Amino acid sequence: MLYALVLVPLAMAALAALAPGDRIRPRLLPLGAAAELALCLWTIHSAHPSGASPALGGWLMLDALGRLFLVWLNVFFLITMLYAPGYLAARSDRPNRVFCANLFLVQAMMTLVTLAHHLGLLWVAMESTTLATAPLLYFNRNTRSLEATWKYLVIGSVGIALALLGSFFLAYARLSAGLEPSLLFDDLVREAHGLSVTWLHAAFALLLIGYGTKLGLAPVHTWKPDAYGEAPGLAGAILAGAVSSCAFLAILRVYQICQAAEDAGFAAEMFVFAGLFSIAIAAASVARERDIKRMLAYSSVEHMGLLVLGVGLGGKAIYGALLHLINHGLAKGVLFLSAGNIHRAYGSKQAGAVTGAMRVLPGSAALFLAGFFAIAGSPPFGPFTSELVIAGEAAHQGRMIVLLLAILGVAVVFVGMSFTVLTVVQGEPPCAPDRSHFREHAAVLAPAAIFLALVLGLGLVIPDPVDRLLVDAARALEPSR
Amino acid sequence: MLPYLDSLVILVLVLNFVALGVTRVRAIVSSVAAQGVLLGLLALFIHADLAPRRVIMVGFMVVLKGIAIPRLLLHAMREANIVAEIRPVLGSMGSLLLGALGTALALLFAHTLPLADEQKRLLVVPASLATVWTGLVILTTRTTAIVQVLGYLVLENGVFLFGLLLLSAMPLLVESGVLLDLFTGVFVMGIIVHHISREAPGAGPDVSARTAE
Amino acid sequence: MFGALIQSGLHIAFAIAWPPLLLGVITRTKAFFAGRIGPPLLQPYYDIARLLKKGSVLSDATTWVFLAGPVAGLAATLIATLVVPLGDRAGFVSFPGDFLLVAALFGLGRFLTASAALDAGSSFEAMGAAREMTFSSLAEPALLLGFLVLARVSGALDLSDMMAETLFEHPGQQGAAIALMFMSLFILLLAENCRIPFDDPTTHLELTMIHEVMVLDHSGPALGMIEYARATKFFVFAALLVRAIVPIAGDRLWADWPLFATGTLAAAVLVGIVESMIARLRLARVPVLLLSACMLSGFGIILLAR
Repeated sequence: MLYALVLVPLAMAALAALAPGDRIRPRLLPLGAAAELALCLWTIHSAHPSGASPALGGWLMLDALGRLFLVWLNVFFLITMLYAPGYLAARSDRPNRVFCANLFLVQAMMTLVTLAHHLGLLWVAMESTTLATAPLLYFNRNTRSLEATWKYLVIGSVGIALALLGSFFLAYARLSAGLEPSLLFDDLVREAHGLSVTWLHAAFALLLIGYGTKLGLAPVHTWKPDAYGEAPGLAGAILAGAVSSCAFLAILRVYQICQAAEDAGFAAEMFVFAGLFSIAIAAASVARERDIKRMLAYSSVEHMGLLVLGVGLGGKAIYGALLHLINHGLAKGVLFLSAGNIHRAYGSKQAGAVTGAMRVLPGSAALFLAGFFAIAGSPPFGPFTSELVIAGEAAHQGRMIVLLLAILGVAVVFVGMSFTVLTVVQGEPPCAPDRSHFREHAAVLAPAAIFLALVLGLGLVIPDPVDRLLVDAARALEPSR
Repeated sequence: MLPYLDSLVILVLVLNFVALGVTRVRAIVSSVAAQGVLLGLLALFIHADLAPRRVIMVGFMVVLKGIAIPRLLLHAMREANIVAEIRPVLGSMGSLLLGALGTALALLFAHTLPLADEQKRLLVVPASLATVWTGLVILTTRTTAIVQVLGYLVLENGVFLFGLLLLSAMPLLVESGVLLDLFTGVFVMGIIVHHISREAPGAGPDVSARTAE
Repeated sequence: MFGALIQSGLHIAFAIAWPPLLLGVITRTKAFFAGRIGPPLLQPYYDIARLLKKGSVLSDATTWVFLAGPVAGLAATLIATLVVPLGDRAGFVSFPGDFLLVAALFGLGRFLTASAALDAGSSFEAMGAAREMTFSSLAEPALLLGFLVLARVSGALDLSDMMAETLFEHPGQQGAAIALMFMSLFILLLAENCRIPFDDPTTHLELTMIHEVMVLDHSGPALGMIEYARATKFFVFAALLVRAIVPIAGDRLWADWPLFATGTLAAAVLVGIVESMIARLRLARVPVLLLSACMLSGFGIILLAR
């Protein structure tokens, strides 16, 4: 069953690679994504209540944490894929064989990340997501996108290489403690007490830097503005919503091991520090950013900081962080897809060159503005709820300095982004506004609208099944009593 | 264990400094290639028994790191008319000092790490950390795409050096990890370097002049 | 008693007669790699003899310092050969701390050579002296650090006992430290003796010279002495290199001396090969290489200290 979850997207990737014609191929994307989502819902539904159904000698397993990420990633992927046919039809000048096949590859590898219960396999899957997303960035085939891809690959691969070293350290932590060296997640958790603390700390630090690079934590976030800026809106959404979720899951896995070793204090402090630092760097950088997609990248750095901050705080904030992961992903979906539309229509993504979007593209501009409010954490959208949960926990623990710094950072980002966003949305359109043949229609608006509806919905009410997934996952990250 | 293992590991360190100190791309390529071959030999002889699988892996690695990658890079260099001499952000003196600082710290503090008894006195762990550090220094202070690939390879060599300690315990992990790493380093980056040279002929991968962090 | 007498006799004979041959070997090696036959191996002897027979021209502007340079330079290096163990167990003279004497003797020779260059009052020669001093400020620490490595490995402070430890008697970290010291010493050998990549002893461009430019105004016997001192200095460094890796116990007369002689010849051939293979460094990059020599020895010490 678990094999099928990985193999179906792989088969779809092969199909997309073989399919003739650039017109048919994009239609495969939503179909494949829907099939995969159905399959994974069915898997979860039919699984044993405890959720444990290991395959491949324990290397693959669907646990509570994995379940949340599996469902979330596939839901996100499906909605994004709904956008693909409309977008690729507008870009019929470019061959999309590699693009489509790689989207499915990314999906397969992301699914593998959620299922992997072996740190080596997890590492392989993460590395594969890097490799599979690189061609998505290079879709535009110009010098700037080449540079962005290069930066993404080099910095991402360095991070991943450091993560490999961290995994080696973890294996060595067992070896030096006289245990059978193994990177099987269950072995690591079960015998975590025996691990040598020094090596565990070193491993955690390296894995945090390594996977943190993919996540985009400061100071190893430097690839993000270029990659998000040059990627097509569709690929940007995948990177911001899905790939960073995978990196977050990888970090959480390592955190679980620290938790099991009853040595989470060190990890938690590093999380808090990394989180605050990322928020601060994002706040400092976003204020000067006039490129709407690069601006979104800095916003992403800020929110990734919030995620690790939440986990570092522990308690209720873990639930908040997981909820925020979803809220942020949904809001970024709205923003990237609508920003993609704006970029297509204007042929530019610089605030200043792009003005008056509300008149030219009323639908996309409205979605973009609403998405901005959502991501900035204003009620009634979802991020407000989740940020409130995290802030509440910080206040509850009496960590007022952390709370103040985080709120200050979020406020600065809000102000910084609002200037750029409002410049784009309001005002008069430039004199020759509509040189491109890009027209808004349902196919390119609906997916963003669905994202917006979801993020609004999550702000108003958290449905029971979602709540159950979140609570189960959060429990897996709390110290076992 | 090999009696002169430490002296070989020292050579790996010295090659780090060569890679940091020289400014001719060709020289960096050869020093990194030599380092790769040296590591392959280390992997071959670090344990007394010669498992056929290890021999195959080592052979593959040596061919890849010692012959295939250098040739690929030099070929790309010729194609793209890359300048033979790099101008690093940080001069070679600075890079050397930075590398020396990291290496000294690694040598001084590595023995505080709890190592298995038979590996306590070995230089492998500090050398691995120092090599990773060297790779990072090269990656952050060099702006030419090709040299960044080389920096990545040095980094990867450092990771592999640590992997040597785990080679007998979990060979599959080490081998697959290292090979996948190499795959990225060579093929994907190689392809990009090729693309870069095609996009901006003449300028060479200096379009990535801004890629340094 | 008789054995000690022979050893001492051989030591002095070697120190006096052997050095110019090494320069001849280097020249021949380079010629071989360039596809030429090259001058006879004994050419440096003929050169020195010829120069000593000549008269010399002295500028009116010079003082006694101008002649003191070559004389003291030769004297300093010749004394250094007495301290360094060659094919025998101990040097002709040996006492704790004598490695400092070797370093100091080289320093003295350099100081007087530079003084003589300044004494001539030529701007070219002053430039050479400035370069020589700049580079030696990096080369001397490297030499001392290298000696420190040997001192730590052997636990002795006299060169004879220090050089008794060779690479192959110490597998493991001590051997690794000696290997580092060896590399550092080889770089120093090239630097101190003005070989490529630091300096080109055969160049004819004053602006690129370092050592040669300092002795431009010397002629006749003074130049002969300088040539001879240069050969001797190379010989001292070659001896140090050989003793660091070749196990010479010093108690088998008939085996040790041939071993030592072969070793120094091999060092000369190695230098010849290096000179044939690499080009001269830009002046600005010379300090980088000298710094790496310091670092290599420094790491050797760290290895031993940790």
